Amino acid sequence: MRAGFADPVFDSQRVFRRVLDAMSEPGRVITVEAPPPGPVPLQPATVAIALALLDLETPLWLDGASRTPETVAYLRFHCGCPIVDEPGRAGFAIIADPDQMPQLDAFDAGTDEDPDRSATVIVQAGTLGAGRGTRLSGPGIAQDAWLDAAGLPARFWEGLRTNHGRFPRGVDVVLTAGASLAALPRTTRVGG
Amino acid sequence: MAESTTARARWMSALAQAGPTAVEAVWASLGSPPAYRLLRAPETGLVMVRGRAGGTGAPFNLGEMTVTRCSVALEDGRVGHAYVSGRDRRHAERAAVLDAVLQDDAARPDDAARGRLERLVIEPLLAARRARQQEIRARAAGTKVEFFTMVRGEE
Repeated sequence: MRAGFADPVFDSQRVFRRVLDAMSEPGRVITVEAPPPGPVPLQPATVAIALALLDLETPLWLDGASRTPETVAYLRFHCGCPIVDEPGRAGFAIIADPDQMPQLDAFDAGTDEDPDRSATVIVQAGTLGAGRGTRLSGPGIAQDAWLDAAGLPARFWEGLRTNHGRFPRGVDVVLTAGASLAALPRTTRVGG
Repeated sequence: MAESTTARARWMSALAQAGPTAVEAVWASLGSPPAYRLLRAPETGLVMVRGRAGGTGAPFNLGEMTVTRCSVALEDGRVGHAYVSGRDRRHAERAAVLDAVLQDDAARPDDAARGRLERLVIEPLLAARRARQQEIRARAAGTKVEFFTMVRGEE
């Protein structure tokens, strides 16, 4: 089994700050410094987010590609999070193979009274770049932002538009590739 | 519980309850320490100790105690864990490595070699614990009042 954060307190605070930055500026590609190398097929940024945010109170759902014995053992040991079988019961989800991913509305979108109780879905993209690709707008974006994320199927972007339409309910998405991450919260309008 | 699980529980308990100096002494008796890396560096926290009155009653919280835990992996991938009482980080790290090498020791195919390390390392710790418990019992026994021996004077 691989090691987790070298310095659990400060490393989790650092990663938390990066996720917060990403959420407040949707579409901006942010790099996590020196993320720990986790088990295959998890990207270093995915591992860093998991180690910083998951604990025994955050049920996690893993897709078929990421649900390997090594991944499950690693996350159980370092995060102590319960691993659930149904996407709808998860507080966090990790998707290593976006082509096979369930629709975003399969995850918990919270309620109108408690929209914050929704799921956060971490989707591993092939690469992440800014300046071209998909146009984003909404809170946290001054004019518009362009996010170039490779390896995501068309129905994923379609699902994001539906997700935005459910506001205040909906899920928040974090894309990861290598040590980079970018957030697509439910407030962000995709395309158009 | 499987034989290997009870054996492991016995040595983990011995390592957890022994003092840091005793663990350091058995560590020194190992000779060359094995190569290992930290999976989870030693960290100190509190655990709630629960009990049952008479061993069968409803569970209740006895109180919190300080423990230090650590997990290591040997070069062959064998993982050792330790939860030790107190806040001695070195004690926890030593105990985790010993847990890993003792698992290797218990898994040896050769009957003569298997368990040799456990006898060498764990038996002295268990003997010291028995002696400690014996001493506490003896001290407590000295203060015991035998009510049956008190005879009322007027009869």
